[in-house]
Amino acid sequence: MEDSGRIVENGSNRPRTFSRLRRLPVVGRAADWGLGPRAVSKNTRQAGPRIAGLKADVSVCPYCSVGCSQLVYTRHGELVDIEGNPDSPINQGTLCPKGSASRQLIQQPGRLTKVRYRRPGGTEWEELELEQAMDMIAERLIRAREDHWQERDERGRRVDRTLGFAHLGGATLDNEENYLIKKLFTAMGAVQIENQARI
Amino acid sequence: MSAAPTEIAIHREGAERMGFFTDTTVCIGCKACEVACKQWNDLPADGSVFRKGMSYDHTGSLGAATWRHVRFVERLAPSAAEREDAASRLAAGGGGGVPSLPVDGGRWTGDGGRGTVDSPGDLDLVALAESGAGEEEGSGGVDVAGAVAQMDRWLFMSDVCKHCTNAGCLDACPTGAIIRTEFQTVFIQPDVCNGCGYCIPSCPFGVVDRDKIDGRAGKCTLCYDRLQDGLEPACAKACPTDSILFGPYDELVDIARRRVAELHARGIDGAYLYGAGDEPQDQLAGGLGAFFLLTEAPERFGLPAQAESPIQENAPVATAAGLGAALAAAGAVVATFVLSHRGGRRR
Amino acid sequence: MADCIWIQGSSLSEAHPVGYRWAMKARERGAKLIHVDPHYSRTSALAHQYVPIRAGADIAFVGGLIRHVIETDSFFRDYVVNYTNAATLVSEDFRGPEDLDGVFSGFDPDTGSYDRRSWAYEGGEVPSAAGDREHTTQAFSDQTGGGLLEGDPQRDPTLEHPRCVFQLLRKHYARYTPEMVEQVCGVPQADFLRVAETLIENSGRERTTMLVYAVGWTQHTAGAQMIRAGAILQLLLGNVGRPGGGVMAMRGHASIQGSTDIPTLYDILPGYLPMPRASEEDGTLAGYVERMGSKRGWWSHFDNYIVSLLKAWFGDSAAEDNGYGFSYLPKITGNHSHFPTTLRAIDGGLDGMFVMGQNPAVGSQHAGLQRRALAKLKWLVVRDLADIETARFWKDSPEVASGELRTEDIDTEVFLMPAAGHVEKEGHFTNTQRLLQWRDKALEPPGDARSELHFMHHLAKRVRAHYAGSERERDWPIVNLRWDYPERGEHEEPEAESVLREINGYEVATGRPVSGFAELRADGSTAGGCWIYAGCYADGVNQTRRRNPGDLDAPGGWVSPEWGWAWPANRRILYNRASADPHGRPWSERKKYVWWDEDEGRWAGYDVPDFPADKRPDYVPPDDAQGMDSIAGDDPFIMMADGRGWLYSPSGLLDGPFPTHYEPFESPVGNLLYPEMGADPAAITWDRTDNPINPPADPRYPLVATTFRLTEHHTAGSMSRNLPWLAELQPEMFAEIDPVLAAERGIEDGGWMTIATERAEIEARALVTPRVRPLQVAGKTLHQVCLPWHWGSYASSEDGVTGDATNDLVVLSGDPNVSIQESKAFSCDVRAGRRSRETTARMAGVRSESWLTASGDHRADQPHRAAETGQSTHGSGEKGSSA
Repeated sequence: MEDSGRIVENGSNRPRTFSRLRRLPVVGRAADWGLGPRAVSKNTRQAGPRIAGLKADVSVCPYCSVGCSQLVYTRHGELVDIEGNPDSPINQGTLCPKGSASRQLIQQPGRLTKVRYRRPGGTEWEELELEQAMDMIAERLIRAREDHWQERDERGRRVDRTLGFAHLGGATLDNEENYLIKKLFTAMGAVQIENQARI
Repeated sequence: MSAAPTEIAIHREGAERMGFFTDTTVCIGCKACEVACKQWNDLPADGSVFRKGMSYDHTGSLGAATWRHVRFVERLAPSAAEREDAASRLAAGGGGGVPSLPVDGGRWTGDGGRGTVDSPGDLDLVALAESGAGEEEGSGGVDVAGAVAQMDRWLFMSDVCKHCTNAGCLDACPTGAIIRTEFQTVFIQPDVCNGCGYCIPSCPFGVVDRDKIDGRAGKCTLCYDRLQDGLEPACAKACPTDSILFGPYDELVDIARRRVAELHARGIDGAYLYGAGDEPQDQLAGGLGAFFLLTEAPERFGLPAQAESPIQENAPVATAAGLGAALAAAGAVVATFVLSHRGGRRR
Repeated sequence: MADCIWIQGSSLSEAHPVGYRWAMKARERGAKLIHVDPHYSRTSALAHQYVPIRAGADIAFVGGLIRHVIETDSFFRDYVVNYTNAATLVSEDFRGPEDLDGVFSGFDPDTGSYDRRSWAYEGGEVPSAAGDREHTTQAFSDQTGGGLLEGDPQRDPTLEHPRCVFQLLRKHYARYTPEMVEQVCGVPQADFLRVAETLIENSGRERTTMLVYAVGWTQHTAGAQMIRAGAILQLLLGNVGRPGGGVMAMRGHASIQGSTDIPTLYDILPGYLPMPRASEEDGTLAGYVERMGSKRGWWSHFDNYIVSLLKAWFGDSAAEDNGYGFSYLPKITGNHSHFPTTLRAIDGGLDGMFVMGQNPAVGSQHAGLQRRALAKLKWLVVRDLADIETARFWKDSPEVASGELRTEDIDTEVFLMPAAGHVEKEGHFTNTQRLLQWRDKALEPPGDARSELHFMHHLAKRVRAHYAGSERERDWPIVNLRWDYPERGEHEEPEAESVLREINGYEVATGRPVSGFAELRADGSTAGGCWIYAGCYADGVNQTRRRNPGDLDAPGGWVSPEWGWAWPANRRILYNRASADPHGRPWSERKKYVWWDEDEGRWAGYDVPDFPADKRPDYVPPDDAQGMDSIAGDDPFIMMADGRGWLYSPSGLLDGPFPTHYEPFESPVGNLLYPEMGADPAAITWDRTDNPINPPADPRYPLVATTFRLTEHHTAGSMSRNLPWLAELQPEMFAEIDPVLAAERGIEDGGWMTIATERAEIEARALVTPRVRPLQVAGKTLHQVCLPWHWGSYASSEDGVTGDATNDLVVLSGDPNVSIQESKAFSCDVRAGRRSRETTARMAGVRSESWLTASGDHRADQPHRAAETGQSTHGSGEKGSSA
């Protein structure tokens, strides 16, 4: 499970004899180079997949809800390839165009690595240190809770809540993350917690 | 089945001819192959525009950075007048084209029974191939009633380098950059290619293209690197519906023939193989390592009804190779020169 | 497994391409594929039969199928009589729309809502919401008949009693004839009948048909009822709980199912337990359990689940003497969903908002209003992989571009936090079939990018530090919140498995993870964060990380029970007791799935049986049975109080026990079935100046718009538009229209066109295609405009693409049951050429106020009913036309 990219027979109508090729002895490769009328370059002679020998981690595609399993190949902490996991009974190694592009989702040109901050009335982004941003957010969150605490609503009913802040999002997040969102914000008295499921 | 290619450059015990069988009857047009290919081969997005009349195809054609490309053939419920018009044009000897239908490069416009492509800047491969087909009476012709009936369809096809048995590009390559591998695939060695561009017009399918940045020729390698470790090529692996099958060539042909028979049994009479299983004299480019199951005339998919390498018979390989060796040293210079004068044909 | 796949309200191939892999495999095996949809997509292209339908007319179509199946005696009688409530008698007081010109009994035209007492089974009771103007969505237990049944329901197994559900159903759909379907839906009778025959031929003992739907059905003011209609037909055909059958909800995001189960939703707690309301009963745990629990069926265990949840959250502080802390939970008073929250921001009172992995400035309806709402916040925290429209609305939104808003005048403080991607953190998603699958972490996120787990954990630590030692009552839940997740690594990442373990549940005394929800107790001895997930960490093993597909070719091997873990109890098909006949034998060898093993005295099969393991099929409950004992051995639908699949819903739905055809909230067409009616009178909207409504049958908006997804893009686009490999595949916003409409309006293929509603006008490339077909509706030609919705105004990369946002066009509206908006069918107009001004410029200067503020105690953020707006009455567009 930990490795592979290996071909498995998966009950589809894929040719079943490709495994023959896999059984070629690797040592035989270089020795068998012949010299035809064409020159074979050094790079060609050394050709091989960039994931050769790499460990693959198993993941799940982040786009739609089918739940295609992915094999994620890294080299020295760098992401080098994401492809379908042939073991999965759901996708059997296949991926759609979005799943096939998910390496680029991670390595996208506009990927953020620093907190961006826009001050009131500001016209440009500024950068913030992560810890400072976290402190500032916590402070604003607490203030919103305090400023808008309702023990009773306008009809005198006990509500024990705040409508001063809201949360939106969750369908792209992990269940563990949603759990902590719901747990903390509910404990703080928030009820305006929503995600894509209603949209 | 196909004539054995003669110029295999790499020998390896146990290696056999590998290929693609692309079955358009189960293609859902999702373009996973196009992206999976770019992902694996680290090919850049090479730009696109919203193409009028091209359905959901906005990347247009195969190119130096697009080695799998999904074509969309869209035409549904034509009016009675359109049907009549199409029928009369076909009956008048359209030579395989279906007038008024969008194919590669833009929109067909009426032209005396034969279409022209009105999108500037694109190679007019289809029209080229079609005019060839038209001259030879009977060959590449289209069943009029069948073609008109088929207008009411939305079809998808993942196109790719055909890895021809008689590869025009390989024959034309003066540097020896293009070789036939132990899998009998046609492989451009990027570290040898000098960007001369001779291979480009030599491909009867318009597959080979020059990279717009470094000027070298680029096309599908049939994932030569993955094959070294017995990995399935990226496009075939990703394909959600197994429209693209990869495997030993002989076996694929066998599967494909059975598939055609099955479709015929289901009443899909128009199903046929393009590029495989023909009589030797009828084979496209000697037989295609990557062949297709189609249900329409090849022109509907931008494929020529006939294909031979233009220089096949009069350009001895050895001569070309020798010339190539001489030019190899000046490769980079040539590449730059060519690039600046020709430009990419893609945006 | 399926012999027929009926896809309606979904474009499976476009939105779930790998899901379509299996439809194609089925097709190659000989199964029939049917696609009924306003938009001819790549799904349609591969189907055996494509049926174009008017957007929003689906209930008329499915109602026609129901009628056809009944009138041709084609239903699966043994299944229907034994497993559904077809035979159950309904109260004498019940009247349907056929009797009352389009509404059910109990309708109050002033409030637009129903008193549901008359909908009860004979001798039963239904909790009433009469006279309550407050709108909340409906909790799970209400939908299953909790509090419903006192005494035995009366049944007539001959199905002939005039008040049995079957006869009421027959009467209800009597006028949904093929002729009527043709008139209402624009579907020729022959096409309709061909669908009906295909479904019938592929249902029964030997064969099963699967229904696949998605947001094409949910995003309507009649969304819940559309799905009800599909479920009714599937029950009539005997296609529920059986292999190759079912009603498959194709959900839109990787873990949208998970975020519903463990909800970031206002009206429920984890495991579909309802949020407490500000009512007398919900003031105490006992009152809440009394209100929401059920005396019969599975929900009789309700108290075990809520107490275990409170123990998971508040640990040792949750004790019997303080009601396990229940009364400290915040209470809801009406609708607190996304739209009212947006309106609160506009009207004042909402200071801040967290947006995590969502892009409301593009993806939410009436997106221009969303962006204006963002500009009213004091602070906004956006967490995403890259900059998105929601984070930078102050810089280059259409409203800033038009001059309506000035950047310098917008006081919102914005924190855009870099998030970790799916391979840069561990955790699990729940897929569309309730399958939990773990993701391993493959690499570190770049720079300061962190997971949401990290963010919430470290935010919680700060908040808890602030309130540490507080004695204030309101701070009790924070001070006593159990928050002890271990941290790992230099970034102090909380351990995701420790959260999973809490979700699974454990024995408080020993910490031993429970192996299933049957172990959860109401006495404080167990804790469990989400009862339906109990078992996902059984034996201290992360069951969601199991990756053994098993032998797919073995009998039943395709179930792959050791791949991931499915809730509940690793069960892959719900209500699978129905795959066996009343005696416990498979309906047929071909459709064998779960059966009674007499020798073992247990249920057996390929899947985990969805039934008490040793309850005999011939078990008859004694008269005074309570809880699960009240479920007979041949009652497969154990979550329902009467153990039956519901053809008729005496409780649960707020807008009628049967689905009825109403027009979309904004429709150019009158209601042919109920000429007095337009839209569902109980549908909700917000009747405010900043939410102008296209009046019914307004000649200015003669076309029907519908929205769809493309394979190449994902939802609001931030995960696809900025990825060069995907952006190039669909570079520009476009609209699909038919050639006749194009010719009439002078719109050229490939040229520009503008689409307009009361809210906005957007521009798009015209894709003129005969795939879109003009329909004949009520004797007139009706054109539809099909719109993808993946584009927005900002690209975070050079190779990214931008375009107008379709959601700028859409009105705020909602289904009465769940508040989902109607974005799949609305009226509009189109013209040739580009827009002359910014998309939402027509809304500039509109003051935000409710038209109905004079009507008593109505809060401006709370919805109105369609009956209050005139949308439910065809032709009365007086008010709207003044907008």
